[in-house]
Amino acid sequence: MTMIGWGQSLLTLTLVFACAFPLGRYVARVMSGDRSVLSPVLRPVEHGLYVLAGVNPTRGMGWRGYALALLMLNAAHFLLLYAMLRLQYWLPFNPQGFAGMSPRLALNTAMSFVTNTNWQAYAGESAASNGAQMFGLTVHNFLSAATGIAAAAAISRAFAAGNVQALGNFWADLVRATLYILLPLTLVVSVALLAMGVPETLAASAEATTLEGAKQVIALGPVAFQEAIKLLGTNGGGFFNANSAHPFENPTALSNLLENLSLLLIPFSLAIAFGHWVNDRKQGVALLCVMALLLLAFASAAYAAEAAGNPLLHALGVAGGNMEGKEVRFGIAASSLFAASTTATSTGAVIAMHDSLTPLGGLVCLFLMQLGEVVPGGDGSGLYGMLVFALLAVFVAGLMVGRTPEYLGKKVQAREVKLAMLAVLVLPLSILGGTAISLVTASGLGSLSNAGPHGLSQMLYAWTSATANNGSAFAGLSADTDLLDYGLALAMFLGRFAFLVPVLALAGSLAAKPKLPTGAGTFPTHGPLFVGLLIGVILILGGLQFLPALSLGPIAEHFAMLAGKTF
Amino acid sequence: MSHLRPALVLVAAFTLLLGVMFPLGMVGLGSAAFPTQAGGSLVMRDGRVVGSALVGQSFTGEKYFHPRPSATTPDPYNADASGGSNLAATSKALVDRVQRDMAKAGPAPVPADVVTTSASGLDPHISPDNAERQVARVAAARGLSKAEVEGLVAAHTEGRLFGLIGEPRINVLLLNLALDAQPAR
Repeated sequence: MTMIGWGQSLLTLTLVFACAFPLGRYVARVMSGDRSVLSPVLRPVEHGLYVLAGVNPTRGMGWRGYALALLMLNAAHFLLLYAMLRLQYWLPFNPQGFAGMSPRLALNTAMSFVTNTNWQAYAGESAASNGAQMFGLTVHNFLSAATGIAAAAAISRAFAAGNVQALGNFWADLVRATLYILLPLTLVVSVALLAMGVPETLAASAEATTLEGAKQVIALGPVAFQEAIKLLGTNGGGFFNANSAHPFENPTALSNLLENLSLLLIPFSLAIAFGHWVNDRKQGVALLCVMALLLLAFASAAYAAEAAGNPLLHALGVAGGNMEGKEVRFGIAASSLFAASTTATSTGAVIAMHDSLTPLGGLVCLFLMQLGEVVPGGDGSGLYGMLVFALLAVFVAGLMVGRTPEYLGKKVQAREVKLAMLAVLVLPLSILGGTAISLVTASGLGSLSNAGPHGLSQMLYAWTSATANNGSAFAGLSADTDLLDYGLALAMFLGRFAFLVPVLALAGSLAAKPKLPTGAGTFPTHGPLFVGLLIGVILILGGLQFLPALSLGPIAEHFAMLAGKTF
Repeated sequence: MSHLRPALVLVAAFTLLLGVMFPLGMVGLGSAAFPTQAGGSLVMRDGRVVGSALVGQSFTGEKYFHPRPSATTPDPYNADASGGSNLAATSKALVDRVQRDMAKAGPAPVPADVVTTSASGLDPHISPDNAERQVARVAAARGLSKAEVEGLVAAHTEGRLFGLIGEPRINVLLLNLALDAQPAR
């Protein structure tokens, strides 16, 4: 580890927090339908869309109506993407003449993009045409992120006032999140990336004759726009197979700083927006502190592990940290921060190959996803996931002192705790269940590319990434098989919608309750005591259940590595 | 069913707006404002494309600086199929490969980037330590003095932005182009 390495990481995080406060305020305003600087340009577009869609943006929806509208949009968009991927050969902008995807791969990919996961069982440059990437994948990057932001805003409204039936209007939330938040940021970031060297062309490739006379085909495409929303939307699906490690997705150290900033920006801003929505800014700051402290701790652990390097290679005479699967222009510090950021949010873009991280570096990535993607998590999904943990934290505190727990003046009772646990239990069920089933089938074992404990980690990583809607991979795994295409599609579906629907029900139940005034006996939820308690609940409830699996995978591998053992 | 119309209309409208109009607008903006970058930062010599300034390519001859090993298939530095080795830290295949490469890497300690593959398999850069170890070989193969080659390496070494961001690095293709441009003796 070096001072410069720490300096780079701290600079990135400082910029994120500096931007999160004003952006959070802006997000809170536009999601409430208030005027903003962009209103003169965007209001007419927004209203045009409402008229076309036959939507009255002021008509409130109860939680059932909201959930139904959300599911309807996502179902329609899923079917459209499935059709596009199957029919890719006949769509425009397919200069390579790529054939349509197989039914199972198209199903997996469509589920992956509609759930904001962006797990990729295909290689971008050899299986997805420019057309499919533009009309299909790019649009999903916007709408899946907007769905998350909309849901987070709806759930936050349940805490804002007492005795309300409506959580908001899903169509208005979706349109506002897309037009006022995602689109302007994407335009700014994509122009900056373009200037730094990210291509944006309809050509599929360029042909070069190298200095030594060989032919080199260089894959190209409309990358810059998709790259920007892939990070801002915490999606993570790369235009190219190597994702953000590819020099065309991320050409310089400065572009990398911008990309790392982009993927953390909206999730942290939403914590601040929450404070504005509930008219108590300190509540938002407390949630941001929980997210920031956990991210900082885990990013530091990853940096320490990667900088320490691989003793098996040191024994051969190789100097320095672990550079297998890393790029020279980023180096170890930036690669470690990115690995922690991309798994702490539900992004899943990579600038280093996670399969080749040290065992403890890989452990950090796995654990951050298994916490439920809440530090800070994906666009929207991070905030509502964190609110579930906050409710469980006040419940635990209430048990300790024997009082009915409250969060922001809302009584947390049996129904709320049951719904919260129902959502949280999806993670171990799908992650541990899926991994266990895969590891006892011949098909699952045949997908592994590494032997020993790392093989187990590869399978655990796949189910973790899919269920947590992250999308990064220990990419040596052969993922395009019947078992993994269908199995992981189910995991992604459960991780997104079997979590979101109970949480919307929970919000509906809370919204209808009166908002109690703060009294002398109220447990304050903005101080250091609550921050500490919430961190404890996240680590114990979110993380501890995975410790046995982790000790068979990365932890066992770590000690094997120290003992000089290879597999 | 009242949700059906908004769902279909918004999916269609956003596909048109975000999937067609904006990407195509960005392609137009790119070709007008940043034609080199938008087209892949291609490098020309004598009117022919010799590569991209951002993408590494394979060099094996004695008179060129060599890039890092690449894990792309079927050939190294296949810019049509990016990817890393995905070998675990405890993988026997990784340790065996590094051991094989150490034989021709010169005296230990060897800088890590000499014997490790990059994430993309297309890393255009090497570290200054890596370049320094190749100076004597390149100078001998070209009949240049070590000082001349060292001067070119120094001129092609990019530092950290503001002394903080990124790692010191040398673009192998651009350095080798500069070597080829040296007057023959």
